[in-house]
Amino acid sequence: MVRVAITGAGAICALGRTAAEFAAAISSGRSGIGPIRSTNMSEFRFRNGAEVPDYSHTPYFDDRRADFMDRFAQFAVIAAREAVADAAPAWTPELRENAAIITGSCVGGQSTEDTGFQEVYKHGRNRVHPLTIPKTMANAGASHISMEFGVTGPSFTISTACSSAAHAIGQAYWMIRSGAAPLAITGGSEAPFSFGILKAWEAMRVVSPDTCRPFSKDRHGMILGEGAAMLVLEPLDAARARGARIHAEIVGFGMSADASHITQPSAEGAARAMRAALRDAALAPDQIGYINAHGTGTLANDISETAAIQAVFGSRVKNLPVSSTKSMHGHALGAAGALECLAAIVALRDGILPPTANFNERDPECDLDVVPNHARAAQVEYALSNSFAFGGLNAVLALRAVAH
Amino acid sequence: MSDDLIQRVLKVISTSKRIPPETVTIDSDFAQLNIDSMDAVEILFALENEFDISIPDDAVRAVRNVRQMCEGIDKLITDKASEPPAVQ
Repeated sequence: MVRVAITGAGAICALGRTAAEFAAAISSGRSGIGPIRSTNMSEFRFRNGAEVPDYSHTPYFDDRRADFMDRFAQFAVIAAREAVADAAPAWTPELRENAAIITGSCVGGQSTEDTGFQEVYKHGRNRVHPLTIPKTMANAGASHISMEFGVTGPSFTISTACSSAAHAIGQAYWMIRSGAAPLAITGGSEAPFSFGILKAWEAMRVVSPDTCRPFSKDRHGMILGEGAAMLVLEPLDAARARGARIHAEIVGFGMSADASHITQPSAEGAARAMRAALRDAALAPDQIGYINAHGTGTLANDISETAAIQAVFGSRVKNLPVSSTKSMHGHALGAAGALECLAAIVALRDGILPPTANFNERDPECDLDVVPNHARAAQVEYALSNSFAFGGLNAVLALRAVAH
Repeated sequence: MSDDLIQRVLKVISTSKRIPPETVTIDSDFAQLNIDSMDAVEILFALENEFDISIPDDAVRAVRNVRQMCEGIDKLITDKASEPPAVQ
Protein backbone atom coordinates (compact mmCIF):
# COMPACT_ATOMS: atom_id res chain seq x y z
CA MET A 1 0.00 0.00 0.00
CA VAL A 2 1.31 3.43 -0.98
CA ARG A 3 2.13 5.79 1.91
CA VAL A 4 0.83 9.31 1.37
CA ALA A 5 2.84 12.49 1.96
CA ILE A 6 1.59 16.06 2.27
CA THR A 7 4.14 18.02 0.26
CA GLY A 8 2.33 21.30 -0.18
CA ALA A 9 0.07 23.51 1.93
CA GLY A 10 -1.70 26.78 1.27
CA ALA A 11 -4.22 28.78 3.28
CA ILE A 12 -6.17 32.00 3.33
CA CYS A 13 -8.53 32.85 6.19
CA ALA A 14 -9.09 35.36 8.98
CA LEU A 15 -5.69 34.46 10.41
CA GLY A 16 -3.65 35.29 7.33
CA ARG A 17 -3.10 34.83 3.64
CA THR A 18 -0.46 32.10 3.68
CA ALA A 19 -0.02 28.77 5.44
CA ALA A 20 2.92 30.32 7.34
CA GLU A 21 0.76 33.19 8.64
CA PHE A 22 -1.92 30.64 9.59
CA ALA A 23 0.66 28.52 11.46
CA ALA A 24 2.08 31.55 13.27
CA ALA A 25 -1.40 32.68 14.39
CA ILE A 26 -2.61 29.31 15.70
CA SER A 27 0.75 28.71 17.39
CA SER A 28 0.41 31.96 19.29
CA GLY A 29 -3.29 31.55 20.09
CA ARG A 30 -4.34 34.65 18.16
CA SER A 31 -8.02 34.80 17.22
CA GLY A 32 -9.15 36.29 13.91
CA ILE A 33 -12.74 36.83 15.08
CA GLY A 34 -14.11 40.37 14.83
CA PRO A 35 -16.98 42.47 13.46
CA ILE A 36 -18.30 41.30 10.07
CA ARG A 37 -17.61 44.05 7.52
CA SER A 38 -18.63 42.59 4.15
CA THR A 39 -22.35 42.57 5.04
CA ASN A 40 -24.49 45.15 6.82
CA MET A 41 -25.04 43.54 10.24
CA SER A 42 -27.28 46.23 11.79
CA GLU A 43 -30.38 43.98 11.65
CA PHE A 44 -28.78 40.87 13.17
CA ARG A 45 -28.66 39.27 16.58
CA PHE A 46 -24.93 38.70 16.06
CA ARG A 47 -22.20 40.94 14.70
CA ASN A 48 -19.01 38.92 14.64
CA GLY A 49 -17.34 36.54 12.23
CA ALA A 50 -13.92 35.46 11.02
CA GLU A 51 -13.48 37.22 7.69
CA VAL A 52 -10.37 37.56 5.55
CA PRO A 53 -9.56 41.17 6.49
CA ASP A 54 -9.70 43.76 3.68
CA TYR A 55 -9.91 41.10 0.98
CA SER A 56 -9.82 42.21 -2.62
CA HIS A 57 -9.19 40.09 -5.72
CA THR A 58 -6.73 42.61 -7.17
CA PRO A 59 -3.41 41.21 -6.03
CA TYR A 60 -4.51 37.72 -7.12
CA PHE A 61 -6.66 37.95 -10.26
CA ASP A 62 -7.11 40.47 -13.03
CA ASP A 63 -10.56 42.02 -13.19
CA ARG A 64 -11.77 39.96 -16.12
CA ARG A 65 -10.78 36.66 -14.55
CA ALA A 66 -12.31 37.71 -11.23
CA ASP A 67 -15.59 38.41 -13.06
CA PHE A 68 -15.92 34.64 -13.46
CA MET A 69 -15.12 33.71 -9.86
CA ASP A 70 -17.12 34.03 -6.66
CA ARG A 71 -15.09 34.85 -3.56
CA PHE A 72 -15.11 31.18 -2.48
CA ALA A 73 -13.57 30.05 -5.80
CA GLN A 74 -10.95 32.81 -5.55
CA PHE A 75 -9.99 31.54 -2.10
CA ALA A 76 -9.72 28.00 -3.51
CA VAL A 77 -7.29 29.07 -6.24
CA ILE A 78 -5.25 31.33 -3.94
CA ALA A 79 -4.69 28.46 -1.47
CA ALA A 80 -4.05 25.97 -4.29
CA ARG A 81 -1.42 28.26 -5.86
CA GLU A 82 0.45 28.42 -2.58
CA ALA A 83 0.18 24.66 -1.99
CA VAL A 84 1.39 23.81 -5.49
CA ALA A 85 4.26 26.33 -5.31
CA ASP A 86 5.18 24.84 -1.94
CA ALA A 87 5.16 21.25 -3.26
CA ALA A 88 6.85 22.26 -6.53
CA PRO A 89 5.87 19.02 -8.27
CA ALA A 90 7.99 17.84 -11.19
CA TRP A 91 5.22 18.47 -13.73
CA THR A 92 5.17 16.24 -16.78
CA PRO A 93 2.37 15.90 -19.33
CA GLU A 94 1.44 12.55 -17.71
CA LEU A 95 1.33 14.04 -14.23
CA ARG A 96 -0.95 16.89 -15.33
CA GLU A 97 -3.15 14.41 -17.18
CA ASN A 98 -3.62 12.11 -14.19
CA ALA A 99 -3.45 14.37 -11.12
CA ALA A 100 -6.68 14.67 -9.11
CA ILE A 101 -8.44 17.71 -7.70
CA ILE A 102 -10.93 17.11 -4.90
CA THR A 103 -12.40 20.09 -3.08
CA GLY A 104 -15.02 20.60 -0.40
CA SER A 105 -17.62 23.35 -0.28
CA CYS A 106 -20.84 23.56 1.67
CA VAL A 107 -22.68 26.56 0.23
CA GLY A 108 -20.76 27.46 -2.95
CA GLY A 109 -20.99 30.97 -4.37
CA GLN A 110 -23.53 32.36 -1.93
CA SER A 111 -22.74 36.05 -2.40
CA THR A 112 -23.22 35.67 -6.15
CA GLU A 113 -26.52 33.85 -5.72
CA ASP A 114 -27.74 36.33 -3.13
CA THR A 115 -26.96 39.30 -5.40
CA GLY A 116 -28.56 37.62 -8.39
CA PHE A 117 -31.76 36.67 -6.60
CA GLN A 118 -32.10 40.15 -5.07
CA GLU A 119 -32.39 41.43 -8.63
CA VAL A 120 -35.56 39.44 -9.25
CA TYR A 121 -37.07 39.27 -5.76
CA LYS A 122 -36.18 42.66 -4.33
CA HIS A 123 -35.49 44.99 -7.24
CA GLY A 124 -38.31 43.64 -9.40
CA ARG A 125 -36.13 43.12 -12.43
CA ASN A 126 -36.78 40.25 -14.78
CA ARG A 127 -33.25 38.94 -15.29
CA VAL A 128 -30.18 37.86 -13.35
CA HIS A 129 -26.55 38.01 -14.43
CA PRO A 130 -25.62 35.17 -16.82
CA LEU A 131 -22.61 34.17 -14.70
CA THR A 132 -24.80 33.51 -11.66
CA ILE A 133 -24.87 29.75 -12.28
CA PRO A 134 -21.15 29.17 -13.05
CA LYS A 135 -20.11 31.38 -10.14
CA THR A 136 -22.51 29.78 -7.67
CA MET A 137 -21.88 26.09 -8.38
CA ALA A 138 -20.02 24.42 -5.50
CA ASN A 139 -17.55 22.76 -7.88
CA ALA A 140 -16.32 26.12 -9.23
CA GLY A 141 -13.32 25.96 -6.88
CA ALA A 142 -12.18 22.61 -8.31
CA SER A 143 -12.84 23.79 -11.87
CA HIS A 144 -10.79 26.97 -11.50
CA ILE A 145 -7.94 25.03 -9.87
CA SER A 146 -7.91 22.64 -12.82
CA MET A 147 -7.76 25.55 -15.29
CA GLU A 148 -5.08 27.31 -13.24
CA PHE A 149 -2.68 24.37 -13.45
CA GLY A 150 -3.85 22.59 -16.60
CA VAL A 151 -4.62 19.52 -14.49
CA THR A 152 -6.98 17.20 -16.36
CA GLY A 153 -7.36 14.15 -14.12
CA PRO A 154 -10.28 13.13 -11.87
CA SER A 155 -11.71 16.33 -10.38
CA PHE A 156 -14.80 16.82 -8.27
CA THR A 157 -16.31 18.51 -5.24
CA ILE A 158 -17.78 16.98 -2.13
CA SER A 159 -20.53 18.77 -0.22
CA THR A 160 -21.22 17.38 3.22
CA ALA A 161 -21.81 20.61 5.14
CA CYS A 162 -19.13 21.07 7.83
CA SER A 163 -17.35 17.83 6.89
CA SER A 164 -16.97 18.67 3.17
CA ALA A 165 -13.23 19.34 3.16
CA ALA A 166 -12.41 16.38 5.42
CA HIS A 167 -14.37 14.07 3.13
CA ALA A 168 -12.53 15.62 0.14
CA ILE A 169 -9.07 15.18 1.69
CA GLY A 170 -9.94 11.64 2.77
CA GLN A 171 -11.03 10.74 -0.73
CA ALA A 172 -7.86 12.25 -2.21
CA TYR A 173 -5.80 10.33 0.36
CA TRP A 174 -7.43 7.05 -0.66
CA MET A 175 -6.87 7.80 -4.35
CA ILE A 176 -3.14 8.32 -3.80
CA ARG A 177 -2.92 5.31 -1.48
CA SER A 178 -4.61 3.04 -4.00
CA GLY A 179 -2.54 4.29 -6.92
CA ALA A 180 -5.58 5.79 -8.63
CA ALA A 181 -3.83 9.17 -8.90
CA PRO A 182 -0.15 10.16 -8.78
CA LEU A 183 -0.81 13.55 -7.15
CA ALA A 184 -3.82 15.32 -5.67
CA ILE A 185 -4.69 18.92 -4.91
CA THR A 186 -7.29 18.77 -2.17
CA GLY A 187 -8.92 20.85 0.55
CA GLY A 188 -11.92 23.13 0.89
CA SER A 189 -13.05 26.70 0.43
CA GLU A 190 -15.98 28.76 1.62
CA ALA A 191 -17.21 32.36 1.64
CA PRO A 192 -20.53 32.29 3.47
CA PHE A 193 -20.95 35.96 4.42
CA SER A 194 -23.98 36.75 2.31
CA PHE A 195 -26.98 38.49 3.88
CA GLY A 196 -29.32 35.57 3.17
CA ILE A 197 -27.04 32.85 4.52
CA LEU A 198 -26.24 34.91 7.61
CA LYS A 199 -30.00 35.36 8.22
CA ALA A 200 -30.45 31.59 7.85
CA TRP A 201 -27.71 30.95 10.43
CA GLU A 202 -29.28 33.53 12.73
CA ALA A 203 -32.59 31.66 12.54
CA MET A 204 -30.90 28.47 13.74
CA ARG A 205 -29.90 30.27 16.95
CA VAL A 206 -26.47 28.66 17.09
CA VAL A 207 -24.31 31.73 16.40
CA SER A 208 -22.56 33.33 19.35
CA PRO A 209 -23.30 36.99 20.13
CA ASP A 210 -19.64 37.56 21.03
CA THR A 211 -16.99 34.98 20.22
CA CYS A 212 -16.39 31.25 19.85
CA ARG A 213 -15.47 29.55 23.15
CA PRO A 214 -15.28 25.82 22.45
CA PHE A 215 -15.61 23.53 25.49
CA SER A 216 -15.85 26.55 27.84
CA LYS A 217 -18.81 26.50 30.22
CA ASP A 218 -19.83 29.99 29.09
CA ARG A 219 -19.82 29.11 25.37
CA HIS A 220 -22.70 30.62 23.39
CA GLY A 221 -22.34 29.06 19.98
CA MET A 222 -20.31 29.11 16.82
CA ILE A 223 -18.73 31.96 14.86
CA LEU A 224 -18.84 31.70 11.07
CA GLY A 225 -15.59 31.91 9.17
CA GLU A 226 -14.41 31.99 5.58
CA GLY A 227 -11.35 31.04 3.60
CA ALA A 228 -9.63 28.04 2.12
CA ALA A 229 -6.88 25.57 2.77
CA MET A 230 -5.42 23.31 0.09
CA LEU A 231 -2.91 20.48 0.30
CA VAL A 232 -0.82 18.64 -2.25
CA LEU A 233 -0.70 14.88 -1.67
CA GLU A 234 1.62 12.44 -3.37
CA PRO A 235 3.17 9.04 -2.71
CA LEU A 236 5.71 9.26 0.11
CA ASP A 237 8.38 7.34 -1.78
CA ALA A 238 8.05 9.55 -4.85
CA ALA A 239 8.17 12.67 -2.69
CA ARG A 240 11.31 11.45 -0.92
CA ALA A 241 12.92 10.43 -4.22
CA ARG A 242 12.59 13.95 -5.61
CA GLY A 243 13.72 15.52 -2.33
CA ALA A 244 10.41 17.24 -1.57
CA ARG A 245 9.76 18.77 1.82
CA ILE A 246 7.18 16.62 3.59
CA HIS A 247 4.91 18.41 6.08
CA ALA A 248 3.32 15.23 7.42
CA GLU A 249 1.75 11.95 6.32
CA ILE A 250 -1.91 11.10 6.09
CA VAL A 251 -2.26 7.58 7.48
CA GLY A 252 -5.99 6.98 7.86
CA PHE A 253 -9.48 8.15 7.03
CA GLY A 254 -12.78 7.18 8.63
CA MET A 255 -16.37 8.09 7.90
CA SER A 256 -19.79 7.45 9.41
CA ALA A 257 -23.40 8.60 9.33
CA ASP A 258 -25.32 9.28 12.54
CA ALA A 259 -28.64 8.20 11.01
CA SER A 260 -30.40 9.97 13.85
CA HIS A 261 -31.21 13.69 13.49
CA ILE A 262 -30.71 16.35 10.83
CA THR A 263 -28.98 18.79 13.21
CA GLN A 264 -28.44 17.23 16.63
CA PRO A 265 -25.08 15.45 16.77
CA SER A 266 -24.72 11.85 17.89
CA ALA A 267 -21.78 10.86 20.08
CA GLU A 268 -22.07 7.34 18.78
CA GLY A 269 -21.77 8.45 15.13
CA ALA A 270 -18.73 10.62 15.91
CA ALA A 271 -17.09 7.79 17.86
CA ARG A 272 -17.65 5.38 14.97
CA ALA A 273 -15.90 7.79 12.57
CA MET A 274 -12.89 8.13 14.89
CA ARG A 275 -12.71 4.33 15.31
CA ALA A 276 -12.94 3.92 11.53
CA ALA A 277 -10.01 6.32 11.02
CA LEU A 278 -7.94 4.45 13.61
CA ARG A 279 -8.80 1.12 11.98
CA ASP A 280 -7.95 2.47 8.51
CA ALA A 281 -4.59 3.66 9.86
CA ALA A 282 -4.02 0.42 11.83
CA LEU A 283 -3.51 2.52 14.96
CA ALA A 284 -4.47 1.85 18.57
CA PRO A 285 -6.17 4.71 20.46
CA ASP A 286 -3.11 4.93 22.72
CA GLN A 287 -0.95 6.05 19.80
CA ILE A 288 -2.89 9.29 19.21
CA GLY A 289 -1.20 12.27 20.84
CA TYR A 290 -3.41 15.16 19.73
CA ILE A 291 -6.93 15.70 18.40
CA ASN A 292 -7.99 18.77 16.47
CA ALA A 293 -11.63 18.75 17.52
CA HIS A 294 -14.66 19.69 15.48
CA GLY A 295 -15.30 21.92 18.54
CA THR A 296 -17.86 24.36 17.18
CA GLY A 297 -18.57 26.03 20.51
CA THR A 298 -22.26 25.13 20.44
CA LEU A 299 -23.79 23.65 23.56
CA ALA A 300 -24.70 20.42 21.77
CA ASN A 301 -21.56 19.71 19.71
CA ASP A 302 -19.03 20.12 22.46
CA ILE A 303 -20.87 17.82 24.89
CA SER A 304 -21.47 15.22 22.22
CA GLU A 305 -17.90 15.35 20.89
CA THR A 306 -16.52 15.03 24.43
CA ALA A 307 -18.65 11.92 24.98
CA ALA A 308 -17.44 10.49 21.69
CA ILE A 309 -13.76 11.10 22.51
CA GLN A 310 -14.27 9.60 25.97
CA ALA A 311 -15.92 6.54 24.42
CA VAL A 312 -13.03 5.95 22.00
CA PHE A 313 -10.09 6.85 24.26
CA GLY A 314 -11.41 5.84 27.70
CA SER A 315 -9.28 6.83 30.67
CA ARG A 316 -6.56 8.12 28.31
CA VAL A 317 -8.51 11.36 27.77
CA LYS A 318 -6.84 12.80 30.87
CA ASN A 319 -3.54 12.85 28.96
CA LEU A 320 -4.84 13.53 25.48
CA PRO A 321 -4.70 17.15 24.32
CA VAL A 322 -7.80 18.13 22.31
CA SER A 323 -8.16 21.66 20.97
CA SER A 324 -10.55 23.54 18.72
CA THR A 325 -8.89 26.01 16.40
CA LYS A 326 -12.36 27.24 15.34
CA SER A 327 -11.84 29.57 18.32
CA MET A 328 -9.34 31.39 16.08
CA HIS A 329 -10.32 30.87 12.39
CA GLY A 330 -14.06 30.50 12.99
CA HIS A 331 -16.27 27.82 11.50
CA ALA A 332 -15.51 27.95 7.79
CA LEU A 333 -18.12 25.26 6.97
CA GLY A 334 -16.94 23.50 3.80
CA ALA A 335 -13.38 24.77 4.34
CA ALA A 336 -13.31 23.90 8.05
CA GLY A 337 -11.97 20.37 7.63
CA ALA A 338 -9.09 21.65 5.49
CA LEU A 339 -8.09 24.51 7.79
CA GLU A 340 -8.24 22.11 10.74
CA CYS A 341 -6.30 19.38 8.97
CA LEU A 342 -3.67 22.05 8.32
CA ALA A 343 -3.75 22.98 12.02
CA ALA A 344 -3.07 19.33 12.91
CA ILE A 345 -0.27 19.21 10.31
CA VAL A 346 1.30 22.32 11.88
CA ALA A 347 1.06 20.70 15.32
CA LEU A 348 2.85 17.55 14.12
CA ARG A 349 5.41 19.37 12.00
CA ASP A 350 6.34 22.19 14.37
CA GLY A 351 5.83 20.40 17.70
CA ILE A 352 3.36 23.04 18.90
CA LEU A 353 -0.19 22.08 19.86
CA PRO A 354 -2.51 24.98 19.01
CA PRO A 355 -4.76 26.10 21.86
CA THR A 356 -8.49 26.44 22.28
CA ALA A 357 -8.64 30.26 22.41
CA ASN A 358 -11.25 32.35 24.26
CA PHE A 359 -11.55 29.65 26.93
CA ASN A 360 -12.86 30.92 30.25
CA GLU A 361 -14.23 28.16 32.41
CA ARG A 362 -14.04 24.38 32.60
CA ASP A 363 -17.31 22.58 31.82
CA PRO A 364 -17.75 19.26 33.67
CA GLU A 365 -19.61 18.01 30.59
CA CYS A 366 -16.55 18.75 28.45
CA ASP A 367 -13.96 17.10 30.66
CA LEU A 368 -11.02 17.14 28.24
CA ASP A 369 -7.52 18.63 28.17
CA VAL A 370 -8.49 21.42 25.77
CA VAL A 371 -5.10 23.20 25.76
CA PRO A 372 -6.76 26.39 27.02
CA ASN A 373 -5.63 29.71 25.55
CA HIS A 374 -1.91 28.98 25.26
CA ALA A 375 -0.18 26.77 22.71
CA ARG A 376 1.80 23.88 24.14
CA ALA A 377 5.14 22.54 22.97
CA ALA A 378 4.83 18.78 22.46
CA GLN A 379 6.31 16.42 19.90
CA VAL A 380 3.44 14.18 18.91
CA GLU A 381 3.63 11.33 16.41
CA TYR A 382 -0.03 10.81 15.51
CA ALA A 383 -3.01 13.18 15.44
CA LEU A 384 -6.68 13.08 14.45
CA SER A 385 -8.68 15.85 12.80
CA ASN A 386 -12.41 15.57 13.51
CA SER A 387 -15.19 16.90 11.27
CA PHE A 388 -18.85 16.33 12.10
CA ALA A 389 -21.52 17.80 9.84
CA PHE A 390 -25.12 18.86 10.12
CA GLY A 391 -26.97 15.91 8.68
CA GLY A 392 -24.85 13.59 10.81
CA LEU A 393 -22.15 12.90 8.20
CA ASN A 394 -18.79 12.50 9.91
CA ALA A 395 -15.21 12.40 8.60
CA VAL A 396 -12.00 11.91 10.56
CA LEU A 397 -8.44 12.10 9.22
CA ALA A 398 -5.44 10.44 10.92
CA LEU A 399 -2.06 12.11 10.43
CA ARG A 400 1.51 11.22 11.27
CA ALA A 401 4.55 13.40 11.90
CA VAL A 402 7.52 12.89 9.62
CA ALA A 403 10.70 11.88 11.42
CA HIS A 404 13.50 14.31 10.63
CA MET B 1 -51.54 37.33 29.92
CA SER B 2 -54.70 37.07 27.80
CA ASP B 3 -56.45 33.87 26.84
CA ASP B 4 -56.18 34.96 23.21
CA LEU B 5 -52.37 35.05 23.49
CA ILE B 6 -52.29 31.59 25.05
CA GLN B 7 -54.56 30.15 22.34
CA ARG B 8 -52.38 31.63 19.59
CA VAL B 9 -49.20 30.20 21.16
CA LEU B 10 -50.80 26.75 21.52
CA LYS B 11 -51.90 26.87 17.89
CA VAL B 12 -48.41 27.87 16.69
CA ILE B 13 -46.86 24.96 18.61
CA SER B 14 -49.33 22.35 17.35
CA THR B 15 -49.13 23.65 13.77
CA SER B 16 -45.31 23.77 13.71
CA LYS B 17 -44.89 20.38 15.34
CA ARG B 18 -47.83 18.93 13.35
CA ILE B 19 -49.51 17.45 16.38
CA PRO B 20 -53.23 17.55 17.28
CA PRO B 21 -54.14 20.89 18.93
CA GLU B 22 -55.68 19.12 21.93
CA THR B 23 -52.28 17.61 22.84
CA VAL B 24 -50.83 21.05 23.65
CA THR B 25 -51.93 22.88 26.80
CA ILE B 26 -50.59 25.74 28.89
CA ASP B 27 -49.25 23.08 31.29
CA SER B 28 -47.34 21.06 28.66
CA ASP B 29 -43.59 20.96 28.87
CA PHE B 30 -41.37 20.65 25.82
CA ALA B 31 -39.80 17.34 26.80
CA GLN B 32 -43.27 15.83 27.18
CA LEU B 33 -44.24 17.13 23.71
CA ASN B 34 -41.00 15.67 22.35
CA ILE B 35 -39.84 19.10 21.15
CA ASP B 36 -36.11 19.02 20.34
CA SER B 37 -33.79 21.95 19.64
CA MET B 38 -34.60 22.14 15.92
CA ASP B 39 -38.37 21.98 16.64
CA ALA B 40 -37.83 24.78 19.15
CA VAL B 41 -36.15 27.16 16.71
CA GLU B 42 -38.95 26.50 14.20
CA ILE B 43 -41.56 27.34 16.82
CA LEU B 44 -39.68 30.53 17.77
CA PHE B 45 -39.59 31.52 14.09
CA ALA B 46 -43.36 30.94 13.80
CA LEU B 47 -44.02 32.89 17.02
CA GLU B 48 -41.96 35.85 15.78
CA ASN B 49 -44.12 35.94 12.65
CA GLU B 50 -47.40 35.39 14.54
CA PHE B 51 -46.79 38.24 17.02
CA ASP B 52 -44.47 40.44 14.92
CA ILE B 53 -41.81 40.40 17.60
CA SER B 54 -38.13 39.54 17.77
CA ILE B 55 -37.23 36.92 20.36
CA PRO B 56 -33.63 37.28 21.58
CA ASP B 57 -31.51 34.14 21.99
CA ASP B 58 -30.82 34.74 25.67
CA ALA B 59 -34.55 35.04 26.41
CA VAL B 60 -35.18 31.47 25.29
CA ARG B 61 -32.38 29.53 26.94
CA ALA B 62 -34.21 28.87 30.19
CA VAL B 63 -37.65 28.27 28.65
CA ARG B 64 -38.69 24.66 29.19
CA ASN B 65 -42.49 24.70 28.97
CA VAL B 66 -45.47 26.34 27.32
CA ARG B 67 -46.35 28.54 30.28
CA GLN B 68 -42.85 30.08 30.38
CA MET B 69 -43.07 30.57 26.64
CA CYS B 70 -46.43 32.42 26.90
CA GLU B 71 -45.09 34.60 29.72
CA GLY B 72 -42.02 35.48 27.66
CA ILE B 73 -44.11 36.41 24.62
CA ASP B 74 -46.47 38.48 26.76
CA LYS B 75 -43.49 40.41 28.12
CA LEU B 76 -42.01 40.99 24.64
CA ILE B 77 -45.38 42.29 23.36
CA THR B 78 -45.74 44.62 26.38
CA ASP B 79 -42.16 45.89 25.97
CA LYS B 80 -42.75 46.52 22.29
CA ALA B 81 -45.97 48.47 22.95
CA SER B 82 -44.21 50.72 25.46
CA GLU B 83 -41.37 51.57 23.05
CA PRO B 84 -41.46 55.04 21.49
CA PRO B 85 -42.39 54.85 17.78
CA ALA B 86 -39.38 54.44 15.51
CA VAL B 87 -38.13 57.68 14.00
CA GLN B 88 -38.56 57.56 10.25
